[in-house]
Amino acid sequence: MSWNRRHFLAMTGMATGTALLPAPMVMAQARPRVVVIGGGTGGATVARYLAKDSEGALDVLLIEPTRRYYTCYFSNLYLGGFWDYDALGHGYANLASDNGVNVVHDWAIGVDRDARTVRLGGGGSVGYERLVVAPGIDFVEGSVPGWDVSSQHIMPHAYKAGSQTQLLKAQIEAMPEGGTFAMVAPPNPYRCPPGPYERVSMVAHLLKQSNPTAKILIVDPKESFSKQALFEEGWQKHYSGMITRIGPDFGGNNVEVRPQTMEIVIDGEAEKADVCNVIPAQKAGLIAADAGLTDDTGWAPVTPQDMRSRLDRNVFVLGDSSAQGDMPKSGFSANSQAKVAANVIRADLTGSRAFPARYSNTCWSLIADGDGVKVGASYEPSEDKISSVESFVSKTGEDTDLRRQTYEESIGWYKGITADVFGAPTA
Amino acid sequence: MNRSFRRARHMGVAAAAIILAVATQGRSDQQQGAAPIGDAEAGAAVFAEDCAACHQIGKGATDQVGPQLTGIFDRPAGAIEGFDYSPALQRMGADGLIWRLKTLDAFLANPVAMVSDTAMIFDGIADSPRRQDLLAFLRAHSAQPGDIPESAPTAKAILFELPPETAALVGDPEYGQYLAQECATCHQGDGSAEGIPAITGWPAPDFMAAMHAYKAKLRPHPVMQMMAGRLDDEQIAALAAYYEQIGE
Ligand SMILES: Cc1cc2nc3c(=O)[nH]c(=O)nc-3n(C[C@H](O)[C@H](O)[C@H](O)COP(=O)(O)OP(=O)(O)OC[C@H]3O[C@@H](n4cnc5c(N)ncnc54)[C@H](O)[C@@H]3O)c2cc1C
Ligand code: HEC
Ligand code: HEC
Repeated sequence: MSWNRRHFLAMTGMATGTALLPAPMVMAQARPRVVVIGGGTGGATVARYLAKDSEGALDVLLIEPTRRYYTCYFSNLYLGGFWDYDALGHGYANLASDNGVNVVHDWAIGVDRDARTVRLGGGGSVGYERLVVAPGIDFVEGSVPGWDVSSQHIMPHAYKAGSQTQLLKAQIEAMPEGGTFAMVAPPNPYRCPPGPYERVSMVAHLLKQSNPTAKILIVDPKESFSKQALFEEGWQKHYSGMITRIGPDFGGNNVEVRPQTMEIVIDGEAEKADVCNVIPAQKAGLIAADAGLTDDTGWAPVTPQDMRSRLDRNVFVLGDSSAQGDMPKSGFSANSQAKVAANVIRADLTGSRAFPARYSNTCWSLIADGDGVKVGASYEPSEDKISSVESFVSKTGEDTDLRRQTYEESIGWYKGITADVFGAPTA
Repeated sequence: MNRSFRRARHMGVAAAAIILAVATQGRSDQQQGAAPIGDAEAGAAVFAEDCAACHQIGKGATDQVGPQLTGIFDRPAGAIEGFDYSPALQRMGADGLIWRLKTLDAFLANPVAMVSDTAMIFDGIADSPRRQDLLAFLRAHSAQPGDIPESAPTAKAILFELPPETAALVGDPEYGQYLAQECATCHQGDGSAEGIPAITGWPAPDFMAAMHAYKAKLRPHPVMQMMAGRLDDEQIAALAAYYEQIGE
């Protein structure tokens, strides 16, 4: 532990990015090194569990470009005015100081799987015994004609949290009276299946107070969506007449946007929008494809027992980037998968006890003030994928006490998972 | 404060066994007939002995230390307006716990199995026939009893207690630590609780009783029913052993 702390201090003492590699290279012989690409929910969890549970026997190096991670989860609550922006942000100090993870703030820009090295944006490269790849999502180019990443300043996706989320909120607040908020919803599979619909609920909540004649338009390529009955019941109850959803039958799957004129073209008909939230189709974070870990679906296939890449036994892929089977792409899932992988990697490299994989997920959504719902399932590895074994979902017509309690639980979960991912918060 | 309730209780009960009554699945629903669960008259005596210090029942009953119990069958937990229930019991009420034969039986066998931090300081009635008599008495004071086996003349409700071997299992804390990784997403390791209860530092028997009550779906919460549903007895014991150690 003390070695880690000194080592971390030595590393952070250097200029960011460049020239920080000699130190870890020297130690590579002494302790097996695990490199983790991506310090989001999956990556930070695996790094923390590996370092904490191996008690110094592993050299855990986490590569993450940002110094503060803003969670997507609860970012919709920020849009709705239920959560502070600052409370979405989490730093890496605890991972380093309390858990002994070496955090390098840089981009991974390439992986040489034969040489087992990762190249860094700031120059140089690091070697590994095992590599964990958890870069989240990127967008499929051209999936919404007229939109590309350069349009995100006009038509934000806000599907990676941070400045995009702030921009979207500012745009909503600046909407003219009676204006239109449009959302282009993504096709399956995408991160957080209820996410777009929770977002609509939160936007409606905000507008209902500040701009009650405003309208919300969802253009959706999917026939149906997660927790649909619950959302539709809630929209009817709390925001009657405000929200319209255009599904594939009415052109929801034939959409183009024109950022310059703030238009959205549905089945050939142009509509004006004051805010247009485009959530494009998604694929594994780019580095996963660069490293040759993805297949033609755009996601990285893994074996269900351990989250190990099907294409390289020294590599694990966690979270949204992985194609594992039935688990939704959620923070809860990424955290759950990370613990399984940490257990396997530690057993591989240090001979610690390996226990069989257990996975689970629960996703809460807030529909209106104190009106929380949830969906969840437990999973097991089966022969060719992670399979759902049991599931539950909130029911329509539940009483308000239960809904409020469900919402309060979600706050408890947020505190719990962020402490589990980044280490207990210190002031 | 709540935790000290629990501690105090355990000091008093030497080697508290887990008593978790579970009505055999489905059986009670099928049986139709006239005979009550137990002997209501004998149950009146049990009530006088074990409950009357805190509860009233029958016409004109009012709240005392505990809420009045008239019409308790089919009543949602924590439903008496104006009675100051513990947060734990209120939570169970909001979750949808309804006092029926199975849930009442489990609660009276071991209150903390059903409501971990209940303010009802009572060790429970280990003796199953005694409980059945009491249940028959409570039922007689309930207008529209649901889920009550009105069985063939000689049949009693089929209730069983967690086998003593299971209750006596001593778990492997290292295995428990691994299994607890799954719990840490919601239950904080440092014992802080906001929206989700703390589960650190509990006596292992209480912990096991609560988990078995979720597993048997006597406690209503769907997340916890699912989590407990796929743990076997040994895994529950391992978790209990682990959580007993931490947060002391
Ligand atoms: C609006 C919204 C609401 C949501 N709500 C919920 C919810 O309520 N509950 C829930 O469980 N989930 C929710 N999610 C989903 C959740 O945010 C994701 O599923 C989760 O973050 C996935 O974790 P991950 O580790 O795969 O990716 P991320 O958490 O996105 O982490 C990826 C990290 O990798 C880094 N990275 C990327 N490329 C590189 C590279 N080349 N080199 C180094 N680092 C790199 C990124 O900077 C990032 O920090 C929500 C998502 C959205 C968008
Ligand atoms: C020492 C006092 C005390 C004794 C003895 C006691 N109770 Fe209670 N009981 C309470 C209190 C206090 C509550 C409220 C618990 C809470 O809020 O957690 C309660 C709650 C209950 C409830 C739940 C009521 C509701 O509205 O949800 C039932 C049922 C119950 N008791 C039955 C009994 C029976 C039957 C007995 C006898 C076997 C008994 N109690 C013995 C104090 C007592
Ligand atoms: C998805 C979130 C979640 C996970 C994961 C989870 N729990 Fe829970 N747990 C809850 C909630 C919410 C409650 C409150 C339930 C209720 O009201 O009955 C709870 C209640 C409990 C209780 C009863 C507490 C009390 O005071 O009544 C115990 C014991 C418990 N959990 C143990 C566990 C164990 C052991 C695990 C891991 C195997 C686990 N939980 C995993 C959310 C979770």
